Amino acid sequence: MIWNPQYETMPRNELQKLQLERLKDVVARVYEKVPFYRQAFQERGLTPDSIRSLADLPKLPFTIKRDFRDNYPTGLLTVPMEQVCRVHASSGTTGKPIIAPYTANDLRMWTEVMARTLTCAGMTKNDVMQNAYGYGLFTGGLGFHYGGERVGATVIPSSTGNTKRQLMLIEDLGTTVLVCTPSYSLILAEAAIEMGVDLKLSKLRLGIMGAEPWSEQMRVEIEAKLPIQAIDIYGLTEVVGPGVCVECPNKCGMHIFEDHFLPEIVDPETGEPLPYGQRGELVITTLTKEAQPVIRFRTRDIVTLDPEPCVCGRTLVRMSKVTGRTDDMLIIRGVNVFPSQIESVLLEVEGVEPHYQIIVDRERHLDDLEIWVEVSEAVFSDEMRKMEGLQKKVKEEMEGTLGIGARIKLVEPKSIARTEGKAKRVVDRREL
Amino acid sequence: MKVRQVSVFVENQPGRLVAMLQALKAKDINIRALSIAEGADFGIVRMILSDPRLGSEALREAGFTVKETTVIQKEVPDRPGGLLETVAPLSEAGINVEYFYAFIDPTPGKADLILKVSDPDRALKVLGE
Repeated sequence: MIWNPQYETMPRNELQKLQLERLKDVVARVYEKVPFYRQAFQERGLTPDSIRSLADLPKLPFTIKRDFRDNYPTGLLTVPMEQVCRVHASSGTTGKPIIAPYTANDLRMWTEVMARTLTCAGMTKNDVMQNAYGYGLFTGGLGFHYGGERVGATVIPSSTGNTKRQLMLIEDLGTTVLVCTPSYSLILAEAAIEMGVDLKLSKLRLGIMGAEPWSEQMRVEIEAKLPIQAIDIYGLTEVVGPGVCVECPNKCGMHIFEDHFLPEIVDPETGEPLPYGQRGELVITTLTKEAQPVIRFRTRDIVTLDPEPCVCGRTLVRMSKVTGRTDDMLIIRGVNVFPSQIESVLLEVEGVEPHYQIIVDRERHLDDLEIWVEVSEAVFSDEMRKMEGLQKKVKEEMEGTLGIGARIKLVEPKSIARTEGKAKRVVDRREL
Repeated sequence: MKVRQVSVFVENQPGRLVAMLQALKAKDINIRALSIAEGADFGIVRMILSDPRLGSEALREAGFTVKETTVIQKEVPDRPGGLLETVAPLSEAGINVEYFYAFIDPTPGKADLILKVSDPDRALKVLGE
């Protein structure tokens, strides 16, 4: 089933003509309305007229996460706030989040690509979709919600957590489609076993999973423990949220909705464009976003692209699973976490930047975050009350900034391993 | 009188206390009094050393985090009520005692009290020193 065959099965040469038209529009829009982009273009001697063909795309400047931070909160908008009808947010590299604003048209577009996403994964209006992605500033919850309603399915906005209740809803309301992170689906599966609930007797048949990377091995495990086809979905807040691309039931790569999101692959070191088939960093330009378009956003995700038509009939380029990142970002319980965020909290609370180490592990499918903070003399107090107070304050500020809880362990300088004088900042014990 | 106490941050792991004691022994430092405030993951070891300056140095060299604090050392009678008589006046004077610990004095009938107080100078006056 294809939600929008006109665009999803468009012959590629027609698609490219459409992309060029839309690229010219968005380039003109940001050049006119966003000082950051106008300056970046002028520095390269570019104007909107410089774009004559898609081959001119690599002339345009990249956008990176720091550009969002530098223009926080509304510096990249092309419309006044009165025209923004929704704002979402995601983790930035320091204390401030990435702001994602949407006009009414943006929400319509997002809903459209989400409807395509759900349909591509195999969902129909006769399905009961339980949405266990987080509702709130995170794009996952509301993104899937609007998509599910648009498709005409029955949407259960269960959001994250409360596993016992999730299982009750699956049983009692006849959930057929579960949308959540892959690790949460395993938490659900194990909780069901513990509670003596046999999910094979439920109506579950499909899962649409993302917000964190997951391997083929994990898919095999999920499909063994739950009576579902587990479909991969990818998206990012800077581009739109979920809805950038998704697998069809053939599971041979995720179809990117290229009429809205123009993908490229570049060499992560040099920034030079790479041809289809080669592994490199995914770069995305939004072709139809109004409130906050983005030009050549460096996602830091390493993938390959395949333009061959798929057996499902879609002509849209297919993206591999994400095989790595070019930066130090971690995804913990579906939330983006940067070591630099942790540094900024420690600096703020302690007044000095102590050495620290981030230990990430996964226990029974739940990601666990522990932060070891070195007690140097600058930080050490002789009073237990003060040390415990410090630990508590760091924990609270950390949770406030990261959006997830972390255990804080105060340790001796010796405990943080150093090789060649440099402390190893992240120890990720998970096998993803 | 005022004395320098050496406080050490020690993780609650096997071997850490021993390592600390070895560092002191290596420099011939004697521990006269000792107390540990322990939490779940770590403890603060407080010591009166024969040579606080050398002791701190030895511990820092061994990789420990060390702090020196001024505390009060007071002789108290080694009999029931001895401690009460000493501490009660501090309480009446509104001086907060953060912690204290005691050790035996070689003189029969005497014990030594180490106190960390909010106002050492006033505390000494109240204690009549």
